Amino acid sequence: MLVNKKLILAHFWLAFAVFGIALTLGAWQMFIRSPIGTWLSNPELYYRSLTAHGTVMGYVFPTLVAMGFGYAISEAALQQRLVGVRWAWAGFWLIVAGSIMAVIPIALGRASVLYTFYPPLIGNVFYYLGVVLVVVGSWIWVALMSVNLRVWRKAHPGAPVPLAMFANVAGSYLWAWTAVGAALELLLQIIPVAAGLKNTIDAGLARVFFSWTLHAIVYFWLMPTYIAYYTIVPRAIGGRIYSDSMARISFILFLVVAMPIGMHHTFADPQVGAGFKFIHSAFTALVALPTLLTVFTICASVEIAARLRGGRGMFGWIRALPWDNPMMLALAFSFVMLGFGGAGGLINMSYQLDASIHNTQWITGHFHLIFGGAIVIMYFAIAFDLWPHLTGRELIDVRLIRTQLWLWFIGMIVTTFPWHWVGILGMPRRMAYFDFGDPAIAPQALSVTLSAIGGFILLASGIMFIVILARGMRAPQVDAGPYRFALAVHQPATVPVALNTHALWVALMIGLTLTNYGYPILNLALSSGTSVPAVYVGAQ
Amino acid sequence: MSAEETHQASAEVAARVERRWATIAVIIVVMMALLAAFAGIHRATMPQPRVETIDPSRIHLSGEFVESNLGSVLEANGTVTVRAIGQQYSFTPACIVVPADTPITLRATSADVVHGILIQATNVNTMLVPGYISEQLMRFTRTGDYLMPCQEFCSFGHEGMWGKVKVIDKAEFADRAKGGGRLSCVGQ
Repeated sequence: MLVNKKLILAHFWLAFAVFGIALTLGAWQMFIRSPIGTWLSNPELYYRSLTAHGTVMGYVFPTLVAMGFGYAISEAALQQRLVGVRWAWAGFWLIVAGSIMAVIPIALGRASVLYTFYPPLIGNVFYYLGVVLVVVGSWIWVALMSVNLRVWRKAHPGAPVPLAMFANVAGSYLWAWTAVGAALELLLQIIPVAAGLKNTIDAGLARVFFSWTLHAIVYFWLMPTYIAYYTIVPRAIGGRIYSDSMARISFILFLVVAMPIGMHHTFADPQVGAGFKFIHSAFTALVALPTLLTVFTICASVEIAARLRGGRGMFGWIRALPWDNPMMLALAFSFVMLGFGGAGGLINMSYQLDASIHNTQWITGHFHLIFGGAIVIMYFAIAFDLWPHLTGRELIDVRLIRTQLWLWFIGMIVTTFPWHWVGILGMPRRMAYFDFGDPAIAPQALSVTLSAIGGFILLASGIMFIVILARGMRAPQVDAGPYRFALAVHQPATVPVALNTHALWVALMIGLTLTNYGYPILNLALSSGTSVPAVYVGAQ
Repeated sequence: MSAEETHQASAEVAARVERRWATIAVIIVVMMALLAAFAGIHRATMPQPRVETIDPSRIHLSGEFVESNLGSVLEANGTVTVRAIGQQYSFTPACIVVPADTPITLRATSADVVHGILIQATNVNTMLVPGYISEQLMRFTRTGDYLMPCQEFCSFGHEGMWGKVKVIDKAEFADRAKGGGRLSCVGQ
């Protein structure tokens, strides 16, 4: 039952519009620093573009997708009109206002500090305020998801919360809490300096605050993708979810252990001691658990679909899968990229191996493969799946959809594999220019060129994606029927309270964050003499 | 067997298979953590363990990182200490000279914003955060020149911030260190 279609479409359209812009900037960046581009005489333009690319892709695009998808889940899974529609629109417009406020100083070159902020570099205060508005807008969504679930529970006492909504609300809580780290950094540290109230800042403390947000934000980006794995894919390919409770356990594990692990981003930092670095490393290993469980459950669910379609044999069933179905294709691509990206992630979080690739192009390759690849390709699939229900029109050109997904997959592999490789060779990140004439750097020229070509393939695929959706707005009308989520093989009649509510797990998430972050933060905040003079960007 | 019973039996099979996989997954995770702990303790391979602070606005006036103390020094026990600073947009010294097959301690900090030191083709890799001192232990087995780029965005000149490490023969280094002072390969 999708009632507020306009609200959901507005979120998706804004998400994909800003995605298109940021993707174009990304492709340009790949080109301009590769040997096929000519030396950009003003490197500052590169960092403007990089700040815009990161800010949009990190804060605006996935947040809007999670919000739009979240509203759709709330209405369709709970079979209940969205409560608080006016608030939802207020959240949407806050994000619009925040994005505009942030992008103006970026475009003027007054905030080229990258989306990760990097104090003591300080940009224009409106950039940070814009980001804060985006986050506040998304917090309205978090509150609405909680309220809607509460309203439903009142009407259905004791009933199992539909899996999609259970996961969606878990994702919203994860976001609410993980955003607190960057919010503290912005409100307590950066904004007072950017506004001219202070002129020193503790860069080490800021990095620890940011690490609080920086890792779990990835799991917030991941949530819509995992929700699609569990609750859309099996339905779309004619199968069943292998296990409803394992799905719930996976989402709970993400909620609890995605948070207290962010300091693996600070292994190479001098302001955190070895003890907490090790604790965070061990907890990061733990976060592999929900993904390992998910890979099993989804493969098993897909096998069920294949066997229902007459697939036989140990591996023969793979041929019986509906490979012409875009959802099947997207899932397969997503899993391949998740596999490679996940393996790379295990290296990044390793207490020892991290040093060989820290802050090299390997890292950029890694998160583009995971986020841009495994996650975003499922955002596409979600949009294709929801579109007929939102527009009342059919997406007719399935062949074009398949081509688009293929191109995205190929583009992502061509972009990120050479990227990983030059990272191993020690090529540093965030460089506007490389001197390929230097004999030590020359061997990397081919890899960087390949990556740039991959970037253009991705751009082509992104344009196709937007064309498909836009054409879908004018296609012949169709009655798509009610929007449904996948059912489990053994659909539970009752679910234990622990797997049906979030309170205990939210408490555990907050508790673990306090134990893993409390001491390092207090220690840094209370030590004196570590605040350093701010360096203002674009002030000349 | 009724349909209900078949359903029940298959649910049990499903749960058993799933538990087995979950157990394997947990074992993998625990093994990874144990391996990291073992390698950290036994081989002493771990990220920088200690936190040391320093006031970046005074480093050029007194203390360990004054200009005359930057560079490589051969310690009495045969090890080498290298002191360096990063600032927008260069390292001082811009060329670091060290001997091969010698335990080396790199001590470095930043004079302004966040930088990073990465020595290509090695796993020497550390952040320079203003206000804090970074320490890395290293040892080169191969002589030659290594590029040492700044690996963290430090504003618009970041792409031009490249230093160099020159690893020379142990005896040659000892010879050059005879005169005392702090060695570097700047201008060579």
